[in-house]
Amino acid sequence: MTTLRLGYSRIGYEVKTYFRQGDSVFFTFLFPLVMLTIFSVAFSEQNFGPDDAPLSAAAFYLPGMIAAGILLSGLQNLGVDIAGEKGDGTLKRFAGTPLPVLSYFIGKIGQVLVTGILQAALLILVARVAFGVELPTEAGQWLTFAWVFLLGVITSAILGIAVSALPRSGKSATAVIIPIALVLQFISGVYLGFSQLPTWLQNVASVFPLKWMAQGMRSVFLPSGFESLEPGGEWNLAGVAIVTGIWLVVGLVMARMTFRWIRKDS
Amino acid sequence: MTTPAPVVSVRDLRKTYGAFTALDGVSFDIERGETFALLGPNGAGKSTTIEILEGYRDRSGGEATVLGVDPGKGGLDWKARLGIVLQSTGESGNVTVREQLAHFAGFYPNPRSVDEVIAAVGLEDKQKTLIRKLSGGQRRRVDVALGIIGRPELLFLDEPTTGFDPEARRQFWELIGQLKSEGTTILLTTHYLDEAAHLGDRAGVIAGGRLIELGAIDELGGPDARVPVVRWRENGVLHEERTTTPGAVVARLGEPDGLEVIRPSLEDIYLTLVSTGSTSEVHS
Repeated sequence: MTTLRLGYSRIGYEVKTYFRQGDSVFFTFLFPLVMLTIFSVAFSEQNFGPDDAPLSAAAFYLPGMIAAGILLSGLQNLGVDIAGEKGDGTLKRFAGTPLPVLSYFIGKIGQVLVTGILQAALLILVARVAFGVELPTEAGQWLTFAWVFLLGVITSAILGIAVSALPRSGKSATAVIIPIALVLQFISGVYLGFSQLPTWLQNVASVFPLKWMAQGMRSVFLPSGFESLEPGGEWNLAGVAIVTGIWLVVGLVMARMTFRWIRKDS
Repeated sequence: MTTPAPVVSVRDLRKTYGAFTALDGVSFDIERGETFALLGPNGAGKSTTIEILEGYRDRSGGEATVLGVDPGKGGLDWKARLGIVLQSTGESGNVTVREQLAHFAGFYPNPRSVDEVIAAVGLEDKQKTLIRKLSGGQRRRVDVALGIIGRPELLFLDEPTTGFDPEARRQFWELIGQLKSEGTTILLTTHYLDEAAHLGDRAGVIAGGRLIELGAIDELGGPDARVPVVRWRENGVLHEERTTTPGAVVARLGEPDGLEVIRPSLEDIYLTLVSTGSTSEVHS
């Protein structure tokens, strides 16, 4: 009970400090929005659909940017944030208090959930209002959105906790973690259309969860017919659930094995 | 009559890093309500000792109990009874003093009131300021406030007043006096011997990983170390005489140049202890 109460208290604290940190607000919260705006404006004259069913750049990029937002808010944000807290003594201070590790995790995952929801809402709002993107009208599509988003955010957050063990110091955290996130975004159909990538690169990307989150989001926001461009010619939502779910479990095991408040004899 | 178990008990504590021996058999007890000062030069093993007792480091050998628990195996209930003020940290500090204290108070079953603690560390005017905007000394006071917010039975203070101005240090001493009067047991490390003398009931001096002295602050070094020195000048030559009867010596001398009677300060005694302690270390 105490663990949950403190976890809840941590969420409020984490969200508050997140928005007070200027660089995290820009590089994780607003970044996908900035990219969506740039692509939508730069390619405003281009048609991203077939000739008989035109698709604007904004509509084409929206699902990828939502998926990228999930990755940035979770994996990149937490990976850098926790490595920083390890380096600056925050975790050492917690180690000397009765705060349960699980409450700390709940706080971090809650922060990702809250900021991720706000980020996705902002992306959808700007796509609709500024760029006139048609939004799904069927409840079933929004239901798909809800589960892909929730599963994606939680998986991404847990993977963020897991990768925070990689940087050797808080200062090297951005240099270690941002390239991982960046490469994943390029090969997973966020900035480049997934169907335009060579098959071998598609296969590599299919190992990682971002490709599947982006695919799940495309199934929600792109008009029907676009599934023919996907590998296998279908949205393959079962694949989205399975691969993301596997990464969730892998992340949990890695986080469990690698996370320590402090390394006792470093 | 049974004596209550000591709050901290350390027997033959050892810590090695590869071939390097950081602690080489340290033993002491701290009784309930006592303030114990751990003194010693940098690198002597003070912080290693305190971090083992806080549960931050594993010991290589010997026995230690803190509040009846092996500090290497202390759980959350045990941590709830401790207050820890580490050597200064560099946290980002994107919360206000009040937010931080209120948040940490929630970790403990029976915390002090946030207002009371803010007042005790003298940060009433800064309670709505972000911690990162505070001066070094003010941040240190937040560290101390976080250490006492949980109403600890045992408080660890690792060089708590580094960076304090003299006034802040006086205020801090008053605060520690209050905590003592409430029965808090305190383990303090410090480089300021006046601070150790003012706050400490007993002290241990560590040099080269060994406890070279242990006792009441005003008895450190034994009676010999406190023998006054009479110093004077005769025909331009400096003379010194250590004597337990300085009055008699002065009466005998009359009015020589530069006559003074010097009582060794705690600092003098400490420096003598540490220098002989580290010399014997070389020979052993």
